[in-house]
Amino acid sequence: MINYSTPEFLIERDRNRCIDCKVCVRQCANEAHSFDEEEQKVVSHDEKCVACHRCVVMCPTHALTIKRFPLEFRQNSLWTGRTIKDIYMQAETGGILSTGMGNDKPYPIYWDHMLLNASQVTNPSIDPLREPMELKTFIGRKPDRLEFKDGKLATKLSTQLELDLPVIFSAMSYGSISLNAHKSLAKASQVEGTFWNTGEGGLHRDLYEYGPNTIVQVASGRFGVNPEYLNAGAAIEIKIGQGAKPGIGGHLPGEKVDWEVSKTRMIPEGTDAISPAPHHDIYSIEDLHQLIFSLKEATNYKKPVGVKIAAVHNVAAIASGIARAGADFITLDGFRGGTGSAPLRTRDSVGIPIELALAAVDTRLRNEGIRGSVSIISASSIRNSSDVVKAIALGADAVYIGTAALISLGCHVCQKCNTGKCNWGIATQNPNLTKRLNPEIGAQRAANLLLAWKREIKEMLGGMGINALESLRGNRLMLRGIGLSDRDLKILGINAAGE
Amino acid sequence: MKKVYAKEEYCLGCRLCEVHCIVAHSDYKNDIVKAFKKQEQRPLPRVIVEENRPVSFALQCRHCEDAPCTTACITGAMQKDPVTGVVTCEESRCVGCWTCILACPFGAIARNEQGKKVASKCDLCSELGDIPACVKNCPNAAMVFEER
Amino acid sequence: MLMREGDIRIPSGCAISGIMNKKGQVFSGGDIIKSIALMHDRSNGLGGGFAAYGIYPEYPDHYAFHMFYDDVKAKENTEYFFHLNYEMDASEKIPIRKVKGIGPGPIIWRYFVRPREEKLFELEMSEEDFVAKSVFQINGTIPGAFVVSSGKNMGAFKAVGFPEDVGEFYRLDEYKAYIWTAHGRFPTNTPGWWGGAHPFTLLDWSIVHNGEISSYGANKRYLEMFGYKLALQTDTEAITYCFDLLLRQHKVPLEVAVTALAAPFWRDIEKMTPEKREAVTAIRNIYGPLLLNGPFSIILGSRNGIMALNDRVKLRSLVAATKGDFLYVASEESAIREICAEPDTVWAPKGGEPVIGLLEGVDTL
Repeated sequence: MINYSTPEFLIERDRNRCIDCKVCVRQCANEAHSFDEEEQKVVSHDEKCVACHRCVVMCPTHALTIKRFPLEFRQNSLWTGRTIKDIYMQAETGGILSTGMGNDKPYPIYWDHMLLNASQVTNPSIDPLREPMELKTFIGRKPDRLEFKDGKLATKLSTQLELDLPVIFSAMSYGSISLNAHKSLAKASQVEGTFWNTGEGGLHRDLYEYGPNTIVQVASGRFGVNPEYLNAGAAIEIKIGQGAKPGIGGHLPGEKVDWEVSKTRMIPEGTDAISPAPHHDIYSIEDLHQLIFSLKEATNYKKPVGVKIAAVHNVAAIASGIARAGADFITLDGFRGGTGSAPLRTRDSVGIPIELALAAVDTRLRNEGIRGSVSIISASSIRNSSDVVKAIALGADAVYIGTAALISLGCHVCQKCNTGKCNWGIATQNPNLTKRLNPEIGAQRAANLLLAWKREIKEMLGGMGINALESLRGNRLMLRGIGLSDRDLKILGINAAGE
Repeated sequence: MKKVYAKEEYCLGCRLCEVHCIVAHSDYKNDIVKAFKKQEQRPLPRVIVEENRPVSFALQCRHCEDAPCTTACITGAMQKDPVTGVVTCEESRCVGCWTCILACPFGAIARNEQGKKVASKCDLCSELGDIPACVKNCPNAAMVFEER
Repeated sequence: MLMREGDIRIPSGCAISGIMNKKGQVFSGGDIIKSIALMHDRSNGLGGGFAAYGIYPEYPDHYAFHMFYDDVKAKENTEYFFHLNYEMDASEKIPIRKVKGIGPGPIIWRYFVRPREEKLFELEMSEEDFVAKSVFQINGTIPGAFVVSSGKNMGAFKAVGFPEDVGEFYRLDEYKAYIWTAHGRFPTNTPGWWGGAHPFTLLDWSIVHNGEISSYGANKRYLEMFGYKLALQTDTEAITYCFDLLLRQHKVPLEVAVTALAAPFWRDIEKMTPEKREAVTAIRNIYGPLLLNGPFSIILGSRNGIMALNDRVKLRSLVAATKGDFLYVASEESAIREICAEPDTVWAPKGGEPVIGLLEGVDTL
């Protein structure tokens, strides 16, 4: 059978600058470069290139660049080159198309349609360099009121997670990403006073020391779940769904299950780790209630237990049910969320934008008078600090960052995580590749990202005349919509710019 | 005395250390392209990456306290500087007998046979007056320059 | 067309003043008018108002509803509402005198009422909850009717105009009270609606407020969860409800309410004793949505006393003074010296530090 697939990318080598040092040959896990002994020259193979830019960055003379492969299809808005090639691939293999990272389609990005306020004249803005600017926030179940006896606090609060800034590292499993990536995020979260999430692959032995900053996840496959694991972290998150692939479970190919992954997940080496679509002990809301309390019993009611769901059509009603089922926090993951591996169609067509889901859930919980009973953590699509500020203004207590965190470690979003050949040492278990991510450097970079965002958030808060994060939470009056329909404005609960 | 120590858990096996060592010892210390394409007798890299995948690390002269190469050298070209402790090969006196190569327990000396035969080995970039080029340019901090 | 408070949010800056006699001895409104008149330039003539406590000693147990009506229909509907829910023991026009600075306004009336016992029994509510509910109902469902004040033996008097003119208009020199607070308004975009002036009241609470809170959006959405309807969309309304929620409904100590609304900074909390630190951290955590951010100086009035408070970074001026049994607070020292030339003590309270004046024998507001 003829193979119809043509290269996606073109590797351009400036021969004047290339010194044939072979760094690119050694660094490309996809073998897109090789050394021709006869010609004594480095040659490239465009069809293998995935545009991860490893060779471009490593080349000492900057002799390389990557371009889109200039193969033209006839102009067709419906049948684009991409769409056509997907069909060729399926005709050849009969298989499900797989991909990594988050939805890349041009759906609207609501963050870019919301603008922030600044205080002038009637209310002064505050200078974060000269005045205290407080970003501290607490995740956990909060009572409606506090009782005092004889001037002393009588109410006992359930355990709260204390964050120095409202940004947490999102759940990415050990298996989908490397141990060095986990080490980098764990250390960075400790340095900057926040948390990281283990994802559904369990917690590696070496990371137990970061327990006080760890949120452990219990997903449908229950990988790595044992009493020690549950008690090792500061909080537990039950993963019901994930924004990138609502309705289906995780999939870790057998190639990525090496000895260490196998030990941590408690599954045989080399076997595919397939998480079931639902938790097979949660078929209705009362089953979730039971699981939440089982986990609380197992940890002596000392740890907050939260639930992560994907943002789907009736997310507000689901969230209300979860709050009443006893969860201490709810994570909402929008359709742009990332993944190590997901079927392409599920990733691109299932789920709704986080901005709308967040606004809907916050409004619904407030209408029912139960907003204080759960903290809301918003996940997916957070690219920068202004997205964080907008998310808090819509009603989130904190945000999770996944893709942004990986990018700080070196990820170039080539969307090939599912192949296990991540040239940056992040989404792979290949020891030749994982060594590329030095956790000391990784932790420094991830911590720098958080520090940079801390500073930017303080600038924006000060501009709004606010010096404490709690005055921004749910403060929809700080947002104005631009280029949005009346319906969108209504769902987001904000006015239009100019109003 | 500060020496270069390798951290093999972070070595990528990219051999950029070798590339930068060459450049640092060439006539074009600031121009990689010219150092490789224009220089007629390209210097040998004095750091060598040893590999047995997935393990790899950069190896160079250890500037030993009691350097066997200096005892073995028949002309006295191999000298340990009494002040800095750096062991260097004075190429004008080297006759290319390779005795030092036999004596070196680390295999850190190479044969440069491009013109006059000389032994080629790490000099801790003493002429540059900076931290060694291999350490400075390692993309993954797989080498450190420190006192131990 | 300019929209009125409630249809749109209108920020404003202003002047405040308050006088209290700690022994509960009543005095005329002449002094408070002089004090607020001195700060004339802080207002722009688009609103002024007063709150007075102890002015109706002949009706100590009746709720004195002060009402504004846009038209006679609103009055009829409201009186019908009162008839269904309250025993009405007096109903009269609030006496006024014509003053040049005060233009045409609403019908101004007052009623002395008590909730019907059978209604309280039927709804299983306390008297205060019942009255609060009535206020929300009248303001929200009877068009053209607005409750100016609804407390016992106290009343609010407000209008569009400079405060000294408002005081003259309502003949406040003829009233005697043991607490007087006053406010002059400088709003930035209002058609000048009488109901929008300060003070804002609910039951016995009255608030006069200078400043603008940037946390309004967060405060409002939290208060709404507890059943408050922020119909006026003003900061003062939100602040009043914050106090009502904390002090009357949740019954927290006064200093806890102050900590919630003008919280200390984390860097100062870290230096506290472990027990205090735990309590203050819990207050900031649970009552965080009530934190008032942005410049403010407020005077909270109640039948037991007054409390003046600045925001935690002191972005608005506030001065306090005492002489004998009297406590004075105002936006400016000159406004105090205008009526008390030589006070015993004068000071400017720190940001977040309340000035509390309580009647003798009472230990909380």
